[in-house]
Amino acid sequence: MRRSTVNLLGLLVAAFAVFPVVWMVATSFKSTPEIFSGGPVPFPRHPTLVHYRTILTGDLIPGVTFVDFFRNSVLVAFATVVISGLIALLAATAVARFKFRFRTSILVMLLVVQMIPLEALVIPLFLMIQRLGLYDTLASLVLTYVGFSLPFAVWMLRGFVAAVPVELEEAAAIDGASRAQIFRRILLPLVAPGLAATSIFSFIVAWNELIFALTFLNDQTRYTLPVAMTFFFGRDDTAWGPVMAASTILTIPVLIFFLVVQRRMVSGLAAGAIKG
Amino acid sequence: MTTSTRVAPDAPARPAPPARSFRRGAGRVPYLLLLPCLVVIAALLLWPLGQVVVMSLYDLDSVRQVRGQRPWPFAGLANYREILTDPFFHTVLRNTVLFAVANVVLTMVLGTLVGLLLHRLGRRMASFVGGCVLLAWATPALTGTITWKWIFDDTNGLVTWLFNALPDGLSSALFGRSDWTGYGWFNAPLSFFSILTLVIVWHSFPFIAVSVLAGLKSLPGELLEAARVDGAGPWRSFWSITFPLLRPVFGILVVLSTIWDFKVFTQQYVLAGGTQDRPTFMLSIYSYATAFSPPPKYGLGATIAVVLTAILLIVTGVYVRSLLKQEEL
Repeated sequence: MRRSTVNLLGLLVAAFAVFPVVWMVATSFKSTPEIFSGGPVPFPRHPTLVHYRTILTGDLIPGVTFVDFFRNSVLVAFATVVISGLIALLAATAVARFKFRFRTSILVMLLVVQMIPLEALVIPLFLMIQRLGLYDTLASLVLTYVGFSLPFAVWMLRGFVAAVPVELEEAAAIDGASRAQIFRRILLPLVAPGLAATSIFSFIVAWNELIFALTFLNDQTRYTLPVAMTFFFGRDDTAWGPVMAASTILTIPVLIFFLVVQRRMVSGLAAGAIKG
Repeated sequence: MTTSTRVAPDAPARPAPPARSFRRGAGRVPYLLLLPCLVVIAALLLWPLGQVVVMSLYDLDSVRQVRGQRPWPFAGLANYREILTDPFFHTVLRNTVLFAVANVVLTMVLGTLVGLLLHRLGRRMASFVGGCVLLAWATPALTGTITWKWIFDDTNGLVTWLFNALPDGLSSALFGRSDWTGYGWFNAPLSFFSILTLVIVWHSFPFIAVSVLAGLKSLPGELLEAARVDGAGPWRSFWSITFPLLRPVFGILVVLSTIWDFKVFTQQYVLAGGTQDRPTFMLSIYSYATAFSPPPKYGLGATIAVVLTAILLIVTGVYVRSLLKQEEL
């Protein structure tokens, strides 16, 4: 194949991959007449923020705006990230730093549980949430998402913890640091980039999730963004301007975080923390 | 930067005692550190997995039963008998399997081709195309699907516009209609599944492409070079060199794709606008609709979920075995 053919194919692939995202953002800035005129206008001729104003200030139901759903989503995602990150860090330290009897079994278990189809757990978890009295609370979602993000988070953090040289910890131990001090002063700062990457993964799980939020929430004021999107926009899809504006708001944080993780994963962590 | 000192008792020069006292007496520490994680996994993943099997053995059709305020009538295998003899379940199963197979094949082929392409491109182009491909990967299933739905909107969607833009004669000759405004792209099952396939492939080919690219980068360049010198074309060198060397990677990718494409929910829920479109049901959404659409049948829904899980467990078994062979834990 000639170089120009290869490049052309590359551009086609790029266009296919990126087109829906571009179309979403472009539509969100088009005026309503421009949207309804149809036709492939790739970019808005007269960019407008009217759709963003509609969803951010307009009441979707009396007293509730899009901002409330955004806040619910942020709350759930933030709580999930903190709890999941903390538990994962402890567990990752255990499997990366200690040798113990069931270590391999636990690692295999962490892999296998990631393959459980979460879609099949909606019914039993609905039962559990009902019995715990957590139905129709955001806490029910935090609990669920911590469970879903944890196995992969431990798996991911394990590598970051293992990359921190043991010598650093041992040196601190020689200098008389307690185990808690070593954890806080040595391990935690060095694992921080890994923790950030893991947090982003947990964030994306919690931020994107639809089925469980759909099932566990009843009161419309508690809806997270994905549920609100399907509830208010999924039924009668005529208001494409506001729908695309809402989609853009939901998508952008994920895209940014995703790109950040990509870079973090490559950077060399504690390389150079120790010489020879 | 290795961790060799951890297993190096033959390093007498080091002040061993303090270092070892940090390790020693660690007896209970790793278990304590793991405790919260194990409790969460047991409570939120393993217990529900058992519970879904239990629920499939009962007749549960009210929330009060779910809450435990009313007795659970034991049904034995009646739920299983009911779905296995139900012709609709067979339709759902067929939809699921055909859809999964079609999507895995298309995703793998497109993903591999894009991976090979990325490998061929110059550095600048490769990072540009790679960035665009990552964007498709990162887009949430929900908003990506909503956007595709807008692209296929029956009045102002881009696809409807494109079909309307075809010369009327050509359009009539090919499709038997020239006016596409108001054409329901999601109404006929075949058309619905085609669009759903487009959405799923768009969303999942990036992961395959990036993984294949990573695999290609790990291959020794001299082999492919030698093959080219010996006159092998791209087709021949892919099947004789690249594929055999990357077979483990391809194996894992196929299994992961199979698992993902078997349990599609969000994309289907959004495209179909809920759980009303029964002819296009697949296992995930069928289980959900059975359990939660009025009248609720939690036991029957759980039964369908068990069937889905069982199928995926078999696939997972294959996956874990191949992974254990490859990676040292």
